[in-house]
Formats: sequence, C-alpha cells, structure tokens
Amino acid sequence: MAEGIKDKVAIIGMGCTKFGELWDKSAEDLMVDAFKECIEDAGIEKKDINAAWFGVHFEEQSVGKGATSLALTLKLPFIPVTRVENFCATATEAFRGACYGVASGAYDIAMALGVEKLKDTGYGGLPGGPGLMGTKNALIMPKLTAPGAFAMMATRYFAVYGLSPEEGKKMLAKVSVKSHYNGARNPKAHLRREVTEEQIINAPIIAWPLGLFDCCGVSDGAAAAIVTRADMAKKFRPDPIHVKALQVALSSGEELMYTKWDGAHVETTCRAGMLAYEEAGVKNPREEISMAEVHDCFSITEAVTMEDLQFSPRGKVKEDIEAGRFNLDGPQPIQPDGGLKCFGHPIGASGLRMIYEMYKQLQGKVQLPERQIKNPKLGLTHNLGGFPPMNIVSIAIIGL
Amino acid sequence: MVGIKSYGAYIPRYRMNHNTIFMAVAFLGTFPPPGENAVANHDEDTLTMAVAAGIDCLSGVKREMVDGLYLATTSQPYMVRQNSALVATALDLQSNIRTADFIGSTKSGTTGLLSAFDAVKAGMSNNILVCASDCRLSKPGSPQESLYGDGAASLLVGSDEAIATFEGSYSVSYDFPDRWRASGEKFEHAWEDRFIRDSGYRQFISEVISGLLKKYSLNIKDFTKIMYPGLYAREHGAIAKRLGADPSQLQDSLLSTVGDTGSASPLMMLVAALESAKPGDKILVASFGNGGDALFFEVTEKIKSVADRRAVKKHLNSKKELTSYEKYLAFRNLAPMDLGMRGEISIRTPMSALFRERKVVLALCGSKCEKCGTPQYPYQRVCVNPDCGAIDQMEDYRFSDKKGVIFTYTGDNLAASIDPPSIYGLVDFDGGGRFWFDFTDCDLDSVKVGMPVEMTFRRRYVDESSGVHGYSWKATPIRA
Repeated sequence: MAEGIKDKVAIIGMGCTKFGELWDKSAEDLMVDAFKECIEDAGIEKKDINAAWFGVHFEEQSVGKGATSLALTLKLPFIPVTRVENFCATATEAFRGACYGVASGAYDIAMALGVEKLKDTGYGGLPGGPGLMGTKNALIMPKLTAPGAFAMMATRYFAVYGLSPEEGKKMLAKVSVKSHYNGARNPKAHLRREVTEEQIINAPIIAWPLGLFDCCGVSDGAAAAIVTRADMAKKFRPDPIHVKALQVALSSGEELMYTKWDGAHVETTCRAGMLAYEEAGVKNPREEISMAEVHDCFSITEAVTMEDLQFSPRGKVKEDIEAGRFNLDGPQPIQPDGGLKCFGHPIGASGLRMIYEMYKQLQGKVQLPERQIKNPKLGLTHNLGGFPPMNIVSIAIIGL
Repeated sequence: MVGIKSYGAYIPRYRMNHNTIFMAVAFLGTFPPPGENAVANHDEDTLTMAVAAGIDCLSGVKREMVDGLYLATTSQPYMVRQNSALVATALDLQSNIRTADFIGSTKSGTTGLLSAFDAVKAGMSNNILVCASDCRLSKPGSPQESLYGDGAASLLVGSDEAIATFEGSYSVSYDFPDRWRASGEKFEHAWEDRFIRDSGYRQFISEVISGLLKKYSLNIKDFTKIMYPGLYAREHGAIAKRLGADPSQLQDSLLSTVGDTGSASPLMMLVAALESAKPGDKILVASFGNGGDALFFEVTEKIKSVADRRAVKKHLNSKKELTSYEKYLAFRNLAPMDLGMRGEISIRTPMSALFRERKVVLALCGSKCEKCGTPQYPYQRVCVNPDCGAIDQMEDYRFSDKKGVIFTYTGDNLAASIDPPSIYGLVDFDGGGRFWFDFTDCDLDSVKVGMPVEMTFRRRYVDESSGVHGYSWKATPIRA
C-alpha cells in the first residue's frame, strides 16, 4: 500500500448549518451560513484560503453547473475552486480534494464546502427523473426510487439470514429509535422527535418492507471544513483534528450484472473499509473505532454497514442492535448527531456534516453536553452514494 | 404445400366483467350482454400483445429463419414509424426481412395472412410471421366498450412442414361505413347497430363463405370447424344455420370470454381451432370488416408434433378480474389521474440513442463472453466476471427468451405509477446474467425471493408531448 494520508492533514475549522426543510433559505444562504461558522472556528480570514473544493449533487435544483456559484457567493478572491459530484459521497469527495491539495504542498490552507437545496422540487423524496443515471439506463432501468433500491437490500437481507418480515422490521425499527433519540438532542437536526418501535413498525410503507421511519429526512443544508498541513495546524488552534484515512471504492458492475454478490451486504463498504483501516493502522475496528457517522439513508443501510465495517460479525448485527451497542451510551455509538435519519440528508453536504460531528465530539465541544461521547479516540464517517448494486462509498477516519 | 407452420396467441391477464361496466355507466343507458372482456394492463398495447403472441408462435422456431413480419391491426400506436418493424426488432428478428403493417379494417388480420400465403406461394419468402393484434380505445359508455376485448394471435406461414395447408380463399370488399375513425381521431364513430348487423355482418359473412364454397365446389358440411367474428351473438348462430352448418361445426367466437378482438379475432379463433384439430380436419375462417375474406385449410399429420404453448386455451384460463372500472379508465388514460408532481417529470426519448441501443432496449439482448462464457445484460464490451475481464470478446446473447428467478424485489409507493405500488427487483437469469427490471402482471403479496419469472415486452411510457410510445422488457411471474 502507498504511504497514505495518515497524520499529514489537520482540520482546523468547521461549520454546519441547521438542516431541514428550510423554505426561507437558498443554497447561497446556506453556503454563507456554513462558511461563516467555519472561518470563525478556524480563526482565519477569507484571504488565507488558497483553494476550495465545492460539492453539490443535484445542481439543477439549486446552483447550476460548475463552481462559480461558490466563488461568487462567498466573493472568493480569484482562487481555484473545483466542483465535485459523486452521489452521496459528494461532500467527502470535496473534503478529499482539499486534503490532497494541502498534503501535496500545493496549498497551505484549503476549504471544502458542500451544499444541497432539495426542497425546491415540489414533491417528497429526492428529485427523480429518467435521466439521472444516463441515457441508456433511462431506457432500460426500472423506474426506481432510493427507498425502493434500498428496500431490495432489506428484502434480500431478510431472505439470506432467514428473518421473517416481522423480525426484520423489528430489528430495523431499533436502528431508527436510536437515531431519533440522538436527533431529539441535537438543535441543528432536521427531525427532533423521539419515536417508539411501535410507531415505526406501524408507519405507512414507503417501499416494502421499509416504512416512513426507515427513511432519512430529505433536507436542505450546508457544511464546510478548513484544512491545513499537519505541521502548521497548531498555529491555528490547540486542538486540531487529524485525518487518519480517506478511502473511496466504486462498484465494478459485478454486483448488478454478475451473479455472485449476495445482495445482503455492500461490497464497496467492505473494500473501502479494509483500505481505510490499513491506512489508519486500525487492527480491530470493533474495538478501536470509538464512534461513527455512517450512511443511514435507510435503516437497513445502517444495519448492513455495521457488518461491512466489521463493527458487527457478518449476519450478527441484530444481536448488537438488540444489545444497544450503537446507542449513545453504548460501547460504540453510531449516529450520535441523529444521522441522515434525523439530522437530515442534503446530499452534497452530508459527508462534511458527518465529519463535523466527529470533529466536535473529538474536541469535546458538542453543542449539548448530554450528547458528548466520553474520550473518543477515532471517529469514522461513511457515505454510500447510488444504489446497493451500483454505488460509491467514501470513508474518512479522523482523530486527535 | 403452402400453409401454417406454427401458431400462438396472447390474451392479457385482466378480465373485466360486463357487469362492472354496467354498474359504472348504466346511467347512460348502456346495457351490455353477460360476459367478460380481456383487458390489457396499463403497460400493454397492440404492439406488446403482438410481440407476446409472436413469442408464443415462435416456440421451438429458429428466429433466423423468419424472413417476414406482417402486423395486422386497427389500433397501431404509430401512423408513421412502422409498427411491424418495431415488433420485428422486439422479437429479435434479422434485419434483412420484409415488414408490413396491415391496418384500417378488422379484416386486416386475414388480409395480412393471405398476403403472406401469396408471398410464400410466389417463392419470394419462406417463413413469414403474421401477427394480428388489437387493443382498441372505446369511449366510456359506448357499445364498443363492452363489445371490444384485447388480444392477439400469430401464425407462421411457410412452404413446408405445414400443420395446416392453405387450400383456398375468397374475398369481398365494400366501403361499408359501419365504423370509422378519421386520421387524428381518438375514438371510433359507429352507425346504428341494426344497420351494421342487417346490411353488413349478416350479408358479407354469408356472401364470402358462399363464394368460397362455390369457387371450390365445397359443401359447408365438409368442414370440421367454421369460424367468423361473433359481433352479434344471435346472428352469429343464425348465419351458420342459414349456410346449412350444424351448430357443432361453429367455433366459439370468444365474444363472451375475450370480447371482439378486431383484426385478431378470426386468427385467434383459428388458433383455438388448431389447438384441438386432428389430421384431415378442414377448417374455414372468415373475417368481417369492409367486406371480408374467407380462407380454408386442411390439417396435416404435423399437427401432432406441435410443441406445448399457451395459445388461446391456456391464456383463457390464466386470468385475474379487474373489478374497478375507475382503474380501467386510469389504465387507458381516459380519466386524468393525479400522480403527484413526481409523475409530471417529463420523459424525452433520445431517438438516436434508442436506435443505437435497439437490441438492448427493444430486443433485450446482451452479450456473452467468448472467453469465460458469462452472459451479461446490457451488452458489455468489458467482461463483468472479475476473474476474466476480457475486452471486446463478446457475442450477442438474447435474454428475452430466458427464464430467471427473483433475486430481490420491492413494492415502491414513492415511485409515480398509475397502479401503485411499483413492483421491481433484480432477476438472476437461468444460464447466467443479472439485472434489475420492473415487474408486471403480479401482486406484491404473491412475489417472493427465488420465484421463477419470465420476460415480457411492455409499454414503458407514452410521452404525449413528443408522441413517443416507449417500450422495454419487464419481468413477470411465469404465467400458468
């Protein structure tokens, strides 16, 4: 393996807006809000930023193509700004660009900012349309939605591990109960109400077997990070957070078109996870990763991800969920900020939102102390963009 | 001897009882006779049914042999863009074939068949697939609504190996204005029923059959079965009686079980007759529409070796009742339904891409790696087998005739659909290959992981603004 990114880059400032159905905020407003908090936290001025990476997924709904909207909105002074897009991993890709930019020595200080304005479509769920997956797919793919695509993974998981729909839905309900508990304690979260297992199981079906509370919020929001080379970080703050690993893996086509994939796990998460652990020097993820924000676009995604990231043995996540392992007071808290489920999921901002939560937890600076995890060492973030048989996964590990 | 080499049919799964129609539109004074109609699903039309009947007819037939495809209908989706060429593409026939649309009259089914016999007799063609299909749109409350049913039939015409030899024909043509639909119109107009029955139906069928008998010096009693459309049930029997036929000779018109299927009707009856025919049987079939054609056949020994297929009999027995008239209106887009703003997202078909990908989109063809033998859909240039990865070592591979099993599925209530939930999933094909497809003709409760499925050609969408009817393949539980 290559030398890797471990301890070469430090995060010195972050910002994150409140997520939600923000009818009175434009994408530009959200960029400014995240940017303001971010540079105040870093204690720098705009002129200190050498380069920026800008993430937005559904640009047609908000800012349009290219990166000019970020430059114009923030009045960035003729610096390089690159727009990136890679499904739900968009913000992590922006972060990766900024990290590699400073690690290479090309820049001293770089910014990553991700934004998404979803609530200008006029309907629930993510923007749809036949063209999203390209010309050929528009003519042959089923007219699927995100809940439907992930529901197929739940169907498959239940079948592979012999769970009845009732047993399966009960397991998944516990995932959402936990995230709602956490989200209710987070002022910036989109959905701030606790729900019971019973409410979740009896909720209307969105895509069988997934019900309303198995699905994450569709939200507006933005998040940003300022990074610098590790050797310069202490100049800006006493508690910079270091990047330990950054990995990305994409489907090879064999999940969708070859017949070996079992449909009950996400191959890209397994692959990117193994590489990230190697890069970060993590030998036992179940013990060494203190906490994580994973891509819980749907309850089943979180459950499967626990196995794919080796937090739970294969096929055994149900036992860990039932034991409360991933609860805020458990040994390995997952989604301490509420996750996509309750913090919300503005696609192009989500990866940076996850890093924001890990960053604040590692610094011991969570907004409300009741959510603060004690002495975390390593935090992991995980994005899964696309659909289980056809996706991108990005993983970041950060620590003190 | 020129004759019929193979037969097939298609009847959609849904049936609507005439009583359902009566309950909905009785206030208009519509009183249909007892019976039920075959009703195309929301994703079916004339072309999808023609393809289904064609597949049934081609069971056991090498498709490379087919050198012509004739489509007969009165309800073709396209006025310009040859419908038969689209059907031939979906059936993955060769491109060096003759295709033609026979349209404009319900006798077009027999006329298309006659033209196929002519071409084969003249030595110009060897194997012509004739598909007759009708899925007619009727005005709610009109007599046609309960009269018309949806269905298709298909016959392979050739010069050898005939299961029934073509013995002769007689035709009459009249500009009979019983029903008409001008260019650009959505619905038919019809003159008074009694006029159609007394001046047309009764006259032409008698004339064309008598003409045939006279021309070939035959007696009506020579025939094992005689058949012609059954638009007017009582008159249907009376004509046979006047011709001197015994009621046992008269083939069921399918009127009360399928409905009048227009161009397909005489051919569907012929297929049904062939299903129970014995060597030596003589069969007479006549059509009705601006006159009519009469044809007669003699069944050969080869009838005994016809492979199992669904044809009319199995399709008739495989059904589900459509109990909601409102749903029927929605399926036919006869009442605007709110699909939400997600349903308003416009579809634009890139025609150049559709043509380039026609084998993938319309024929469900993928590729098979020549190096490792892995079938893959859609066509790949780089082999998807991670242990192979060969580049440009592919041969064409047709998936439309492969069965498979459901790998996983969902029933999606968020996706915009006229018949929610949208059921779709991944299919593992027998022999290899996996892809995801919409499912159709099934209910969510009945779908299971591991359930066997087959592929069916369906209408994917109609883009009113550009006039495009889009098609693709869906998976469906194997029909009994």
